[in-house]
Amino acid sequence: MACRWLPFFTLLRKEVLRFWRVGIQTLLTPILTASLYLFVFGATLGERLSVIEGFSYAQFVIPGLILMGVINNSFANTSSSLFISRYLGNIVDLLVTPITPRQFILAYTLAAMLRGLAVGVAVGLISQGFASLPWAHPWLAIAMAMLASFLFAQFGLIAAIYSNSFDALSMYNNFVILPLIYLGGIFYPISILPPFWERLSRGNPLFYLLDGFRHAILGTGDTPLVVAFGTAATLALVLFVWSAWLIASGYKLKN
Amino acid sequence: MDTALEITGLGKAYKGATVLHDLALSIPPGEIFGLLGPNGAGKSTTINMIAGVTRIDHGRIRVFGYDNQTDFRITRRLIGVMHQEIVTDNFFTIEQALKIHPGYYGVRADRQWRETLIERLGLGSHLHKPMNQLSGGLKRRFMVAKALSHRPRLLILDEPTAGVDVELRRALWDFVRDINAEGTTVLLTTHYLEEAEQMCSRVGILHQGRLIALDRTQNLLSGLGRGRILLRLATPLKTIPEALASYAPLLSDADATLQLQLPAAELTNQLLKTISSLQLPLVGMETDQPSLEEVFLQLTGLSGSNGKKKP
Repeated sequence: MACRWLPFFTLLRKEVLRFWRVGIQTLLTPILTASLYLFVFGATLGERLSVIEGFSYAQFVIPGLILMGVINNSFANTSSSLFISRYLGNIVDLLVTPITPRQFILAYTLAAMLRGLAVGVAVGLISQGFASLPWAHPWLAIAMAMLASFLFAQFGLIAAIYSNSFDALSMYNNFVILPLIYLGGIFYPISILPPFWERLSRGNPLFYLLDGFRHAILGTGDTPLVVAFGTAATLALVLFVWSAWLIASGYKLKN
Repeated sequence: MDTALEITGLGKAYKGATVLHDLALSIPPGEIFGLLGPNGAGKSTTINMIAGVTRIDHGRIRVFGYDNQTDFRITRRLIGVMHQEIVTDNFFTIEQALKIHPGYYGVRADRQWRETLIERLGLGSHLHKPMNQLSGGLKRRFMVAKALSHRPRLLILDEPTAGVDVELRRALWDFVRDINAEGTTVLLTTHYLEEAEQMCSRVGILHQGRLIALDRTQNLLSGLGRGRILLRLATPLKTIPEALASYAPLLSDADATLQLQLPAAELTNQLLKTISSLQLPLVGMETDQPSLEEVFLQLTGLSGSNGKKKP
């Protein structure tokens, strides 16, 4: 007796096992990297600087570091897994099965979210040793982290499909995600920038994710929560439709 | 009862070049069918379209009565396919992969069946090895196990024995015969034509994207092939008698063996009478059936295994 959703759960299990089996690379390394950031910005500069009133620099920067872990690892999971499957050719093992495009996207996305959020939670727990956060709107913060994770899981799928080499895939990370994160206000509030650069920063979609997440935790931010969530949700929807179209049409997956 | 596989008007073109022309083919349940053809004939394209890896330009594929486009969730569960290219997931061992794989088809892992596959395909001593440590032959055997892991009703094997040693090749075919006897329909392609001759009850030959022959293997051998008669002579033959010229005579063994080819439609009696009337110094006579390879080469107009066209 065939079970309709078993293919989905099987693919989800396989994707989780995939990153779990290389946990040093997929979980421990990003947690260690984030811990180093926490040490630099928390233990050394954290109490000496203040960029927004009422909060230490450590309190300001920690939400951004948590979200950076979530974003990077959600993207890395879908992009590396799907691209390696395409590169090695074992994607045919999935294409010949009854897995539907919807189940395909859902399984890849959920596994990426699990990895991204696991790293985020670990960074959040470690950060307690450097500063305590007020968690003004905890559920909104969780929702924003999930939204960011979902969004970058979709972006990872898209990058994996369009990339024809490891070089091309790394360009998405090095030339798109990293600049957007670093210029999106992770280490400074954009309100302290000159007007031109502030306006430019508001065109960076990552700013809304970072600011929304920080706003939900600290209770204050550069932009209203509704604007941050609205922008992030719209972007997530656009990327979801894009990745769903790519997977359903079999673009670069089928001959 | 529905046919296991029914293909009608199937066509495919890549960048304007047609690689498959209106293929029509029907395979009844329980058959072992061989799809043969030189490289680039369209075999793998056909298999990939049946499996759902390659898009269909036109035509229709039905698997046990279900359309493989509209009812793909059903048809893919009914099919197990082993592709020609070796593809493995290096993150997992053989055992882990065989535990995971049936789930993709919505089928719960069956431990007994998995153990049967491991035993029959000789994978037992390699279960815990990562894929990248396996030899090419082992990877192929693993791919056969993977294709069978969800107990498909139609098994598609694309060059399953390439790179597999003789002993294991025999074991693999024995296993395929056994699962066929239990009701699994088999569609296979192979470059070893003697394997197709032994395994397949029917054969289709693809050439340049067209099905140029489709018949029972025995009919192809007797209908298209030319039987041979070898005459062993007591003394070397100096000249070949004119009466035998139409039988493509060929002398060998220092002119002491005369080989004659016999068109299948012609009566053997007529040749025997001619030989008798010539009073040749006969010490023995052997007959020889044409091989599928000869039929294949005759139909495709290729010479030898290097794929060159006859001038």
